[in-house]
Amino acid sequence: MAEVNLREVVKDYGDLRVIHGVSCDIRDGEFLVIVGPSGCGKSTLLRMIAGLEQITGGEIAIGGRVVNELEPAARDIAMVFQNYALYPHMSVYDNMAYGLRIRGLPKAEIDTRVRRAAGILELGEELLRRKPRQLSGGQRQRVAMGRAIVRDPAVFLFDEPLSNLDAKLRVQMRLEIKKLQQNLGVTSIYVTHDQVEAMTLGHRLMVLNGGVVEQLGPPIALYERPATRFVAGFIGSPAMNFLTARIGADGTTVDLPGGDRLPLPDGDFAAHAGRPVTLGIRPEHLEPAAEGIGVAVAHLTVVVTEQLGADTLIHGHFGNDRSDLTVRLHGTVHAAAGDVLPLSVRPEHLHLFDPDSGRRLDPAA
Amino acid sequence: MEKRVVFNNRVLPYLLLTPQLAVTLVFFIWPAVQALKQSVLLEDPFGLSSQFVWFDNFIALAEDPLYLESLYITAFFSGAVALLALTSALYLAIQADRVIRGATLYKTMLIWPYAIAPAVAGILWLLLFNPTMGLLPYALGAMGYTWNHYTNGGQAQFLVILAAAWRQVSYNFIFFLAGLQAIPKSLIEAAAIDGAGPARRFWTVVFPLLAPTTFFLIVINIIYAFFDTFGVIHAITQGGPAGATNILVYKVFNDGFIGLDLGGSAAQSVVLMVIVIALTVIQFRYIERRVHY
Repeated sequence: MAEVNLREVVKDYGDLRVIHGVSCDIRDGEFLVIVGPSGCGKSTLLRMIAGLEQITGGEIAIGGRVVNELEPAARDIAMVFQNYALYPHMSVYDNMAYGLRIRGLPKAEIDTRVRRAAGILELGEELLRRKPRQLSGGQRQRVAMGRAIVRDPAVFLFDEPLSNLDAKLRVQMRLEIKKLQQNLGVTSIYVTHDQVEAMTLGHRLMVLNGGVVEQLGPPIALYERPATRFVAGFIGSPAMNFLTARIGADGTTVDLPGGDRLPLPDGDFAAHAGRPVTLGIRPEHLEPAAEGIGVAVAHLTVVVTEQLGADTLIHGHFGNDRSDLTVRLHGTVHAAAGDVLPLSVRPEHLHLFDPDSGRRLDPAA
Repeated sequence: MEKRVVFNNRVLPYLLLTPQLAVTLVFFIWPAVQALKQSVLLEDPFGLSSQFVWFDNFIALAEDPLYLESLYITAFFSGAVALLALTSALYLAIQADRVIRGATLYKTMLIWPYAIAPAVAGILWLLLFNPTMGLLPYALGAMGYTWNHYTNGGQAQFLVILAAAWRQVSYNFIFFLAGLQAIPKSLIEAAAIDGAGPARRFWTVVFPLLAPTTFFLIVINIIYAFFDTFGVIHAITQGGPAGATNILVYKVFNDGFIGLDLGGSAAQSVVLMVIVIALTVIQFRYIERRVHY
């Protein structure tokens, strides 16, 4: 077990910079999830920690020891790959024992460790003798984790380990990984593009975009107070609605192009008075105005309704410029195309972003 | 599900098959039947009549020390050719798999030798090693080693093995390279994280995964060394000196067309036929049960 420190880590491929100075201190036993769209550099960052990619600049330390120049084998890490990377010609047992044999552990010790890991992952005796190709996707996933567990490493690295599984299995394995990490207490770094995995698994979440850390913090903090428009749009499903708006002259309201005015949350926005903003509202924070809380946003003209059972998603448009808007309402709400719904939102659920930089706008302290 | 094309016309399918069947019949089946027939006949010295002698030709072969010697030489020759061609091809493929810059050029050049006819390959190596005007004997002579494969049987064997293997390296290289590229990179990375160094990774992960390819190539290479190396031998040594490079397929030609022992030569071809059938059976059986990971 160990902490992992990234200091201004940089990666270049020729003239192309793919990681722009990432810094992060991962505490001992912490579960950090790195999330971002494909091509954002999250896998590259993980592979740099593993030692599979050269580090162009900056420093990576595991357990207080700088590992920049160390071989993967010397870094005391274990990695679970997206395609599991099980040795196809070896039995499940041999797959798990391979790393231990190379380290020259005594046979009895290897056997104890493999059987203990198999026990934790509920891999039966009969399964240990099989070859990987005779296993189901979920079983292979378990073996890949078993191979990591037996090594008893300082850090677990996961590279999108669930993306090859079907939806149902993914939910199950997600839970198992979380339980496993809680029980073993090993520092873990987990890369994914799936925002549900990102929200549910980690103690902290790093949102990476174009090789830059957009925000780092507990998942719920990122949901409640996204630091940038990118984070706001990436975290949460269905995605946040973004509207072009302007802060009123007195700094207490935000004016929508259709002429509607919404009161701003408490705080001093006077410094921003009159400036154009991007207004973000989560679909789940819009409510039917009839409930009488908050202030009427707009009268939404319904275009498409998706009934998910527990929820109903309504896609429509409103205002003079017919801005698109998605609303998430209770499953009992029924609406047909062409209906007009009056909606409201609480001021504290409004997110304001600078339209140019994408940074969150906060009231002056 | 099996895919089947059903012809409505009863004649058309046979018509379409005719060219291939005709070629097979004229160039493969008919000569094979002729060889079988010839192998149980004994011709008179002037080729005017022949006599049915049952298996006397085969019995004579089995008792002929020169034939047994040739059998031994062939086994050694094909084993050496296969070993040399496989190991050098594997080495080159591993290197080619790692090359990033100029990889296409490197791979293209490595494939070229396969386009050269065996006889031409033989001539190339003969010129290189020619005792009177070759470059290498001159260099070897300067180091105090006398090269003359016209008189030294061991040197002659070495030369034909080299020439025969050289051509086959290209063929093996393509298969090994394809095999290497089919191994997922993450497997190698997983082994590296597990602590295996490059040599250990190769022997415990890469090589076992190449085993199906290697086995297939061993069979192919032995068949090549047995049958396709006639041109090399004919161009370089004509089976000499003193029969040191007289492999079975060359002896068939030598005994039949030079020695004019048609019966004995035909019997030898029948033996070769049996060998190639056996090798083919091994290969097909193997390919059917090929291990899929």
